[in-house]
Amino acid sequence: MTKTAVINIATDSRGLDMIRRLDQTSSDELIEVLHATQQHYGYLENDHLAEVAEKLRLPPALVYGVASFYHLFRLSPPGKQHCTVCTGTSCHLKGGTLVLQELEKRLGIACGETTSDGLFSLGSVRCVGVCGRSPLAICGTTMLSGFGPDDLADKVCLHLAQSVTGDLTDDRR
Amino acid sequence: MTVDDLLQKAHLAQQALLAAELKVFVCLGSPCIAGGAEEVLKKLRQTYGCGSIHISGAGCMGPCSRGPVLRIQSATQTELHYEKMSPQLALLAVESHLHGKFKSEKWPPDLPFVGGQQRIVLSNCGSCNPEDLESALAAGGYHAFLTVIKEKTPEQVCTEIKASGLRGRGGAGYSTGIKWELVRKNPGKRKYVVANGDEGDPGAFMDRTLMESDPHRLLEGMAVAGYAVGAGVGFIYVRAEYPLAAGRLRRAINEAEKAGLLGQNILGSKYSFRIKIRIGAGAFVCGEETALMASVMGRRGQPSNRPPYPSQKGLWGRSTLINNVETFGCIAPIIEKGAAWFRSIGTPGNSGSKVFSISGDVATVGVLEVPLGTSLRKLLKITGGMTGGVFKAALSGGSSGGCLREEHLDIPLDYDSLEPIGTMLGSGGLIIMNHRHCMVDLALFFMRFSQDESCGKCTPCRIGTVEVRLLLERITSGRGIPDDLKALEQLCQLMQDASLCGLGQAAPNPVISTLRWFRSEYEEHIRGHCPAGICMVGKKTDHEPSLAGSQEVTCPG
Repeated sequence: MTKTAVINIATDSRGLDMIRRLDQTSSDELIEVLHATQQHYGYLENDHLAEVAEKLRLPPALVYGVASFYHLFRLSPPGKQHCTVCTGTSCHLKGGTLVLQELEKRLGIACGETTSDGLFSLGSVRCVGVCGRSPLAICGTTMLSGFGPDDLADKVCLHLAQSVTGDLTDDRR
Repeated sequence: MTVDDLLQKAHLAQQALLAAELKVFVCLGSPCIAGGAEEVLKKLRQTYGCGSIHISGAGCMGPCSRGPVLRIQSATQTELHYEKMSPQLALLAVESHLHGKFKSEKWPPDLPFVGGQQRIVLSNCGSCNPEDLESALAAGGYHAFLTVIKEKTPEQVCTEIKASGLRGRGGAGYSTGIKWELVRKNPGKRKYVVANGDEGDPGAFMDRTLMESDPHRLLEGMAVAGYAVGAGVGFIYVRAEYPLAAGRLRRAINEAEKAGLLGQNILGSKYSFRIKIRIGAGAFVCGEETALMASVMGRRGQPSNRPPYPSQKGLWGRSTLINNVETFGCIAPIIEKGAAWFRSIGTPGNSGSKVFSISGDVATVGVLEVPLGTSLRKLLKITGGMTGGVFKAALSGGSSGGCLREEHLDIPLDYDSLEPIGTMLGSGGLIIMNHRHCMVDLALFFMRFSQDESCGKCTPCRIGTVEVRLLLERITSGRGIPDDLKALEQLCQLMQDASLCGLGQAAPNPVISTLRWFRSEYEEHIRGHCPAGICMVGKKTDHEPSLAGSQEVTCPG
C-alpha cells in the first residue's frame, strides 16, 4: 500500500505535545496548534477553538477567524473515510472536475459534505504538485491516480468501499 | 561531531561511492512514491544488501509522469534512467547491468527528458539522498556557506548577489541583490529571513521538487542570506499540501543543527542563525508576501498595503527579507562559481537558469531546468512533444498569467519578453494544452479558482471575481450576448486597477489573455457553439456532459 501522507499534514509527533502544553506555546504558532488539534480530533469543534483561544491568550474571534479562513481546517466532522479530489489546472484538464462531480453523484453529497451515515466525506484541493499523475485523488493517506476520470472515480469508490469493509488490498495501478 | 569530521566522513563516503561497481538511485519524490518507489527501493535493498552495489534513495530526477524512475550508473560512468519501475522490473534492470547487457532492446537508450537541460538549482536533485546531510555535504552542500562565513563580509555577499543579476524566481523578477542590500542597510537590530514555499499556483511544482529533493540547498541559501542581511532567524513557509517537503526540511534542519551548521555561533563565528518551519493551511493568497507574513505570525492570510515593504517593516514590525525557495536555491552556486559565471548563463538582464514544471498534454510531465530565455519550442522538445492532439496554447504564470499561442513558441521565456504578449513567466509553471481544450472553459476555471481564493478584504477582488465568473458562466452555458465581452473587458480592467494585492490585480489576466488571443472562441460560444465541445452551450440542458451512465460500479455508501 502506498503510504503518502498528503493532506493529513499537520505537525510531526510534536503535535500531541503541542496540544498538551498549549499554555507554553507561543500565540504565533496558532496555525500549527490548529493543525495539531485537527489531526488529533479530526476536526475543529467550537470547544477546541475556545480552549485554544484561552490557553494561547487570544480572543476567541481571532482563533475562529483563522480557523475559518484557511481551506484545510474543517469545522465539522469528516466521514470515517475522507476523499480529496485534486482540481488543480493539470487535473482539471485531465478531467479532475468531472471526477469530483461523479463522486458527488455517487456518494449523494456535495463537495465539503459528509454522508448521513458518517462514513464518507468529500473535499477538493487545488493542486498537490503531483501533476505527473493527473488526475488524482487522495483517500486518507493514499494517493490514487487514474487513466481518466472514469477510471479514477472507480478506483476511489473501490478504495472507499474496501476501507470500510477492512478489505484493503493493493489497488495501485 | 564537528563540521570538519563531517566533511571528512562525507569525503570518505564519496570515495566509497566512486569505488562502487554499480550505483543505483531510486527517485523518492512524491509522484514516484505515489507510484511505488519505496517498494522498489526496499526490494533492491533486500536483494543486494550492502555489497558492492550502492543503492540509495534520491531526490527528483525530473520525469514525474514516468515514475518510479531509477537511475543506474556503472563504474565506467555509463548512466541510464529507467521509467515506470516495479520491484521486479528494477531487479531486472540491475541484473542486466551486472551482466553487461544493459543495452537490451527491452528499454530505450535513455529517457530524452533528462538530457538537454542545464541543472544549477537542481544540480544535486536525483543524485544525493535528501534525508542525509552527509550525502548533501559530499555533493558540495554548505561549501558556499563555509566560504562566506570564513572569507566574506556581509557587504561583499550582497555585492556578489547584486552583480550576478539574479532576479526573484517567485514571479515578479525583482533584483535579489537590491532586496538583500535594502534589508542589510536597515538599522534595525532584529531581522528575519523568510523562504516563500507557498507554491499555490496550481500546476507549479518547482519548489516542491527542490524542498523534497535537496532541502539542504534551501537551508544553505537562507543561512547565507541571514549572514548577508544580519538576520538571526529564518522561517520557511511550506504549504500544507506538501507534507513530504515539510518533513524532509524538518529533518534537514535537525541534522544541520546537530552538525553546528545552524544554531548559535556557527562554526565558532559570531554568526547565529536558526530556521523554523511554518506550515500553511491551504490559502493561495498566502503566496503574496504581506499575506504570507500574516500567516507566519499565525493570523488570517490577508494582504496589506505596500509600502511599507517587508524590507522596511515585516514580521513583528522588523525588517524582513522574503525570497522564493528557488531564489535561495541559486545562492550557493553563485557564491561558489561567481557572479560572472552566473551572468554568462541566460540572456542579458535575465541571468541564470530557471526551473520549469511542465504539465498538461505533453509526453512527459515533469520538472526541468534550462537557461532563462530558452524557447517554449525547445522545452516541448525536451518533454517529448504533444499528446492527444496538436499544440493549441501554453499557460504560463498560472491564475495570474496568460497564454501563449503557436506563433509564440520561439519567444525566449524570460521575465521581460512575455509581457508584450500579455502574459508573464510567473513562478515557472507551464501548462500545455492540445486542441481538445476550450479556452473559455479554462478562463472560467481560473476565475472560479480566484473567487475561491480571494481573501475578501477588498471589494474589486471580492465582488469582481464573482461578477466575471457569472459572465463567463453565462457565455459557456449559451446565454451570452455580444455585449458581454465588452462588459468582461471593463470588469477586468477595473479589477486590475483597483484591487489591493497581486491576487486581485492579476486574477483577470487569464480572461484578458484568452480574450486577446482566442476571441473567436468567445464569439463562437455566444453564437451557440463550443468549438472544443466541452462547454454546455449548444447542448440539451437535460443532458449533462459528465460521466453519468457510463459506470456500473455502485456507490459504496
